[in-house]
Amino acid sequence: MATERFTLEELKRILREGAGTDENVDLDGDILDTDFEELGYESLALLETCGRIEREYDISLDDSAVSDARTPRALVDLVNGHLAPAAA
Amino acid sequence: MTAASPRTVVTGLGITAPNGLGTRDYWAATRVGKSGIGRVTRFDPSRYPSRLAGEVPGFVAEDHLPSRLITQTDHMTRLALVAADWALEDAGIRPEELPEYDMGVVTASSSGGFEFGQRELQKLWSQGSQFVSAYQSFAWFYAVNSGQISIRNGMKGPSGVLVSDQAGGLDALAHARRQIRRGTRLIVSGGIDASICPWGWVAQQAGKRLSTSDNPERAFLPFDPAACGHVPGEGGAILVLEDAEAAARRGARVYGEIAGYGATFDPRPGSGREPGLRRAVEAALANAGARPDDIDVVFADAAAVPELDRVEADAITGVFGPYGVPVTAPKTMTGRLYSGAAPLDVATALLAIDDELIPPTVNTDPAPAYSIDLVTGQARPAKVRTALVLARGHAGFNSAVVVRAPKTP
Repeated sequence: MATERFTLEELKRILREGAGTDENVDLDGDILDTDFEELGYESLALLETCGRIEREYDISLDDSAVSDARTPRALVDLVNGHLAPAAA
Repeated sequence: MTAASPRTVVTGLGITAPNGLGTRDYWAATRVGKSGIGRVTRFDPSRYPSRLAGEVPGFVAEDHLPSRLITQTDHMTRLALVAADWALEDAGIRPEELPEYDMGVVTASSSGGFEFGQRELQKLWSQGSQFVSAYQSFAWFYAVNSGQISIRNGMKGPSGVLVSDQAGGLDALAHARRQIRRGTRLIVSGGIDASICPWGWVAQQAGKRLSTSDNPERAFLPFDPAACGHVPGEGGAILVLEDAEAAARRGARVYGEIAGYGATFDPRPGSGREPGLRRAVEAALANAGARPDDIDVVFADAAAVPELDRVEADAITGVFGPYGVPVTAPKTMTGRLYSGAAPLDVATALLAIDDELIPPTVNTDPAPAYSIDLVTGQARPAKVRTALVLARGHAGFNSAVVVRAPKTP
């Protein structure tokens, strides 16, 4: 697979498709360091989101690493950590 | 009356029915006998034995609910969430202003979220387990309407789900009343079912009680000599039930009281013993402190299967005498809604009380042998103060509820 980076834009797309968005949340705002709970995504929404990421990017994410990723920035970094070896 | 047994009143209605979306549309159609039964549109029914259904018209979930809820809900739950919103609004209740443990949710369910489940099973078999939604863990589940209404409105009081086919709609209201008697101030209750998708459709065929007619006016004919099974439908009603004193204190408009309830189970087939429906009626009347001549109208279960029509007619004439009470089945305009049917009938009884009008049973021309005063053709003006609602579930459930007009001040 060619060099590929997981971006915040991709994460937002997958969040919208898999879990939708809350009425009072603007995903296009400054959300990189906002806790997922505050964005309206509880553990099940993140399970669905990570399942979709794993399918699309053909990677496998560790459950405990996923639950430690409390913010979009942390999750984007985690996914890129799995994509990095292919890009190197 | 003593203060020892708190009364339970209905203060809000939310209706999604095949002949009307919202209470106003539903009652406008029902009082004039306008049916919502037609050929299934949600999928192509031509290869199935039954092809007619009552589908809720004009419902666009995205107009009412955030995408966060759309992704995790079946069609049935979306209808239930919107009906609950409407019922609370109708009651003038703002849940965020009440203590969260003072409010509970008790609904009935007969099938769960079939359409959601079908989609995920298709993904499982065609693409693999990785493609199954995480929300399949609850979106199909019987208790999901109670759960989602509870979460959306912050209601943490006693909650639950009753599963007894069509009787469940009354069993849920009765259980809600029980929780109010135990001290919970408000319970959102009722039922919404919706499984008009290929998987749900096949499951319903297996019950062998569906009409196979293609003529919407001849397909669902309870108490008619040509009765040939029922047409299924989707939707139902969500009601706000409150402790009568709490409702009075906040000056709520009261539709009426859930005054009595009785439930029985049929004896083993072939036992020769009398079916249980009549005993359920007598228990509900006794529970309400009502005599048969207090009842102004009976909302029939109306199975449209000759043996079951016979049992119901016998129960009614046994308690009220031949032609002893007006009987109606507005569900001839919606189809049988399973757990949604009886809450819709209770809501309809309350609207009949308010409008002094018994809505009609459409299409049916009752067989004289049943000796019941079926309100056919058009609505009958009547001062309705007390109504009896009947519901039976597949495999022997019988439930009856007495609904009483609000006390006049």
